[in-house]
Amino acid sequence: MDYFLELFLGGLTRGSIYALIALGYTMVYGIVQLINFAHGEIYMIGAFTALIIASVLTILGLNSIAILVIATAAAIVYSSAYGYTVEKIAYKPLRNAPRLSPLISAIGMSIFLQNYVLLAQTSDFLPFPRLIPEFAFMEPVSHIFSSAELVIVSTTMIVMVLLTLFIKFTNIGKAMRATAQDKTMALLIGIDVDRVISVTFIIGSSLAALGGVLIANHIGQINFYIGFIAGIKAFTAAVLGGIGSIPGAVLGALILGWTESFATGYVSSDYEDVFAFALLVLILIFRPAGLLGKAETKKV
Amino acid sequence: MLEISNINAFYGNIQALHNVSINIKQGEIITLIGANGAGKTTTLMSISGIVNPKSGEIRFNGEVISGKKPDKIVQMGLAHVPEGRHIFPYLTVMENLDLGAYLRKDKENVKKDLEHVFDLFPRLRERKNQQGGTLSGGEQQMLAISRALMARPKMLLLDEPSLGLAPLIVKQIFDIIKRINQEDGTTIFLVEQNANLALKVAHRGYVMENGHITLEDDAQKLLVNEEVKKAYLGI
Ligand SMILES: Nc1ncnc2c1ncn2[C@@H]1O[C@H](COP(=O)(O)OP(=O)(O)OP(=O)(O)O)[C@@H](O)[C@H]1O
Ligand SMILES: [Mg+2]
Repeated sequence: MDYFLELFLGGLTRGSIYALIALGYTMVYGIVQLINFAHGEIYMIGAFTALIIASVLTILGLNSIAILVIATAAAIVYSSAYGYTVEKIAYKPLRNAPRLSPLISAIGMSIFLQNYVLLAQTSDFLPFPRLIPEFAFMEPVSHIFSSAELVIVSTTMIVMVLLTLFIKFTNIGKAMRATAQDKTMALLIGIDVDRVISVTFIIGSSLAALGGVLIANHIGQINFYIGFIAGIKAFTAAVLGGIGSIPGAVLGALILGWTESFATGYVSSDYEDVFAFALLVLILIFRPAGLLGKAETKKV
Repeated sequence: MLEISNINAFYGNIQALHNVSINIKQGEIITLIGANGAGKTTTLMSISGIVNPKSGEIRFNGEVISGKKPDKIVQMGLAHVPEGRHIFPYLTVMENLDLGAYLRKDKENVKKDLEHVFDLFPRLRERKNQQGGTLSGGEQQMLAISRALMARPKMLLLDEPSLGLAPLIVKQIFDIIKRINQEDGTTIFLVEQNANLALKVAHRGYVMENGHITLEDDAQKLLVNEEVKKAYLGI
């Protein structure tokens, strides 16, 4: 039973990270119908930013909680700036071009950012400091659920609730929903669609950066390639749940996290990816629009 | 109030509007009639800043609006009810109406205007928590007009409000259009294929063919014009 619980909680942790990244894919897709292939790199850049800031602050002798908070904030700001800029230079000029053009531009952006970090850093894995302390109250369950995992899961849950409220109730959130449903009409009621798109990239990048810092802290090492792997997984989660759907991305991420965790635990870690992608193929056969996706008759 | 002077608009290499000039005075109902593909929708989209004419000029209350972004144009008092209604399908009737007032800061007056549109279209009040996409065609047209009114526009652009609706609903909607003009003093630019109907509510009318304005006259005169009768009134 303990083992099952451990796998369940491990899957929940993985799923939370996937969810943070998947939201960026799904929100951007919902607004501009583009798969932002550079999104995984934004996550990776978040992790690197946090590593650099954390290293400096460690030398300065701050305590680990303060370092964690400052490094996370810096990662969010820096990744948002990247996300915002990528949209402006690589996607916005191609908004009225055939659909393939921004897709190729996205892949180009992804390769560019990976190699840029590869050159600026190294291809080696760099150690990432463990900044989340072991909480005393977690002691009795720490063999199946660590303090870091608790922080990852609860942070993700809080962020999801905040995001839902933001989209439901704020003016810019309503503008985002309107833009996703009918861009021409959004323009006609006076929504500044360019601004909505920028905000969407900023929010998606912030969530990815947060995910990047949390997972780096949990795994303990990073390199330039982590964005590619995590990006593909999170993208799978978004498609699984129905790309464009926010609850879908979260659901898809959790299902993927659990599938991987149980496959690793009960079968073999070699089969982790096999199960994940087999699941994706199965769901797409029976529900081509994903679990919570809207069938392609939408947007008029 | 609205002066369109010699605009030329293109989709790629295809010219959709040729030297179109239209003049609308405050308080008028002006109609633009023409066959499928004549360029009526393109004319309205040019006013709203969705289509950018290559040459020519559009002025609203004296200020040049051609080249401005759509949100700036809405802010100046132009509201557009597009062809096909464009209701936000997964938002409720209330949310659709709220979004009509997206740029307004005077929240107190917004509440009053909400009551006003519910009085014009009581059906919408009954359905206010229903998703826009589940409304009938007639209800969607009512919602589309109401959403535009929530901007408290000085001028309303209506693109084929009668399209695909039963005669009874069409009559109801045209009665409301007249009321909006007479009671609220809103200037109306009405694009229609149903020429008979449009010329009966309008003060003046323009006829468009293949992107050119070919006729302009008082609506009463166009109703008895031989060419118009033959081409658009089916008499
Ligand atoms: N997005 C577009 N891309 C290319 N061509 C277009 C586009 N929209 C309209 N056109 C062309 O421009 C011309 C004018 O179209 P427009 O929609 O303005 O006509 P309309 O008078 O509104 O017709 P209808 O009564 O059928 O609505 C047509 O020949 C049409 O094919
Ligand atoms: Mg039209």
